[in-house]
Amino acid sequence: MDRRLKRILPRVQKPARYTGGEYREIIKDKRAVELRMAFCFPDVYEIGMSNVGMRILYSTINAMEGVWCERVFAPWDDMEREMRANGIPLYALESGDPLTQFDAIGFSLGYEMAYTTVLDMLDLGGIPLHASERTELLPLVFAGGSSCCNPEPMAEFMDLMVLGEGEELDNEVLSLLRTAKHEGWDKPRFLRVAAEIPGVYVPSLYTVEYCADGTVAAVTPRCGAPETVTKRLVTDFENSPFPTDQIVPSTEIVHDRVNLELFRGCVRGCRFCQAGQIYRPVRSRSSEKLVAQGIESLRSSGYQEITLSSLSSSDYRGLGELCDGLLDYCVPRSIGLALPSLRADNFSMDIMQRVQKVRKSGLTFAPEAGTQRLRDAINKNVREEDLLESCRVAFAGGWNNVKLYFMLGLPTETDEDVLGIAQIANDVLHCWRENAVNKNRGVRITVSTSCFIPKPHTPFQWEAQVSREEYLRRVRLLRESIHARNVVYNWHDAETSEIECILSRGDRRIGAVIEQVWRAGGRLEAWSDFFRYDRWTQALERCGLDAAFYTTRRRDERERMPWDHIFMGVTKRFLLRERERAYEGVLSPDCRHGCENCGARPLNGGACDV
Amino acid sequence: MYEKLRLRFAKEGRAIYISHLDLMRTMQRTFQRAGLALKYSEGFNPHPILSILLPLSVGVHSGCELMDFQLTGEADLAAMPEKLTAAMPEGIRALEVYPEGRKVKELKWLRVSGSLEYDASDPQTMRDGLQAFFARESIVIRKKTKRGEGESDIAPAIRSIGFQAEERRVALSAVISAQDPTLNPDLLVSALGQLAPQLAPDFAEFTRLEVYDEAMRVFR
Repeated sequence: MDRRLKRILPRVQKPARYTGGEYREIIKDKRAVELRMAFCFPDVYEIGMSNVGMRILYSTINAMEGVWCERVFAPWDDMEREMRANGIPLYALESGDPLTQFDAIGFSLGYEMAYTTVLDMLDLGGIPLHASERTELLPLVFAGGSSCCNPEPMAEFMDLMVLGEGEELDNEVLSLLRTAKHEGWDKPRFLRVAAEIPGVYVPSLYTVEYCADGTVAAVTPRCGAPETVTKRLVTDFENSPFPTDQIVPSTEIVHDRVNLELFRGCVRGCRFCQAGQIYRPVRSRSSEKLVAQGIESLRSSGYQEITLSSLSSSDYRGLGELCDGLLDYCVPRSIGLALPSLRADNFSMDIMQRVQKVRKSGLTFAPEAGTQRLRDAINKNVREEDLLESCRVAFAGGWNNVKLYFMLGLPTETDEDVLGIAQIANDVLHCWRENAVNKNRGVRITVSTSCFIPKPHTPFQWEAQVSREEYLRRVRLLRESIHARNVVYNWHDAETSEIECILSRGDRRIGAVIEQVWRAGGRLEAWSDFFRYDRWTQALERCGLDAAFYTTRRRDERERMPWDHIFMGVTKRFLLRERERAYEGVLSPDCRHGCENCGARPLNGGACDV
Repeated sequence: MYEKLRLRFAKEGRAIYISHLDLMRTMQRTFQRAGLALKYSEGFNPHPILSILLPLSVGVHSGCELMDFQLTGEADLAAMPEKLTAAMPEGIRALEVYPEGRKVKELKWLRVSGSLEYDASDPQTMRDGLQAFFARESIVIRKKTKRGEGESDIAPAIRSIGFQAEERRVALSAVISAQDPTLNPDLLVSALGQLAPQLAPDFAEFTRLEVYDEAMRVFR
């Protein structure tokens, strides 16, 4: 280990996250490999190591002969200060080598608030920030992940971006890079050829022009790059790789357990939800396979908990068999089975009672909106009767802790909808009074609201975000109408939501804002410890951009969106039809009760949810 | 079936940064991975019965850690160290597993080695200064306790201590009290910082070498 590093580590918090050496870390001979990749996660170790996507890609990339993929995370601020003060560049955990020794540097972009951290990691690794400053072929800096569905805000920093699922695509890009390295291609040649790989977006091959009002006029490809880049996906999800021999961190991480991915995509189609649109079409694994993968993962990791993770787990067809199969293994070994993202319906509660044999956790529901009218408008197919029935079963079964999540500022929301949230909380409380088995233990109902953020590739991508003042007015209105002692109300701050809104729907000009904020000290801004709103407003001003243009401005349906050259599977026609129905307050059936032809099926050879 | 088993293990290299709490979790998973079923406590919230005799500070190396545990079934004790080591993170090595370990309260002394690094001072001069400093009758230092600051004399907790000058560093070898009172070797450096700052090293690290009872017989 580096002598300087050895001196620093005893002084920083949780040093084990900076050393590597965990069980099942992949070590290869660096002199024998042909290509070295640094998989960078723009957040701290505990967050990055909890990311299932990163776990899968670490495995699939390392499965390539002659390629060694290592992990890089952002240091917490104490460690970063020490590293900068002692001239230690950002390094990969496996080898301890700095970023400059890698051929490919890939970032996972899963949330917009991590953007400044990407710049910070590049800088700490001694890598020039802008693609245009990196004239050599190596290192290639690229990015993937769900936030790339609007690649524009980070476009100037990336040599290329990979859209959609990376299991196959990343390896294709790295194979091409290996060839280019061997044959001594220059960077422009590599990028031109890479742009021919389906799913690859090379920002520098697209020229963006703006109208006088600041909206995008045209995005023009050059050098044969495609007009539209279509996301990639794994078509044979049943047989796509899922590593059961994953790294087991030696220090506690956020999701410190086995994560089993039941399916990709979601049949629900909530109109505010980006994940529900961009991961389409639905593809699932058989319960037999999942039981086998779950048991093997538990056996090989030694974890005492397993969680079933997908966008809406209770929509998994074989959930009963899956839970039974896993419980047969888990119960005798005191292993906990957790089932997040359940829907508030009877079927889910039945499952819930079965899986909570080992340990009993709290219950969380996300009705999202306070009235049936608004829930219908956003296509959140949950009725208050279902929610209350679920609570009744839960309270009768001994639960006494319920969390309820809502959004404020949804399109068409009125004060009546806001007050409806307080009503639901009251009804849940009343339900507890009538059904609790032991009232002496009390009840805790937590209501949380966040500020709605319109996201690209959703039916609400054209909508205005409510202003911070308006959000806070609705927060006050709600706060004043919640009286019960047992109901706790938490609300997210409006500042972060406003910035996230700008970043998620931003155009290429936002790149300069991100850079300014980073230069002013911004990093790890997904953590409230480090987020500072004034840095963002100052940066926007310095760049001559208006926050309201990106947030509270309602887009015209004919306006060209900055991400219109990216196809994530759902067509604009579908999104517009869904938007219209939102205004009419009309539900769309979930995918199983009627296909709405969203456009994603052809990407999977016409198949969906089979 | 053995009622109680004791594991002796080493914690070295990158593993020295794993905290005590994380090590407990890691051990639990290691047994699971090695296919050895730990016995769980009874009660509302069962947890595996594991206990590390002398918790080790983060950043300290050790070749003599001891941990007590119980298994639910029979196991081949001779084969266990290899099995466990294969399931452990880098830097943790199982050395031996045996039944009927001595009572924890009979553990008294700890042999440690240390490396005191000096970037600008002459190691020979430092060695002489250190030797003289630790020969004092009493070494009273300020210590943070749960109730604020307290004073304590660490001299009685040092059974023997010696120094040797090397390149850019002074090697320390000592036998210190492991419990009643516990002397964390880091306090040897704190003492220098408080009472003889000119002798304080730029960096220090320690290694636990062996544990003994009151009569300096190796403790197992």
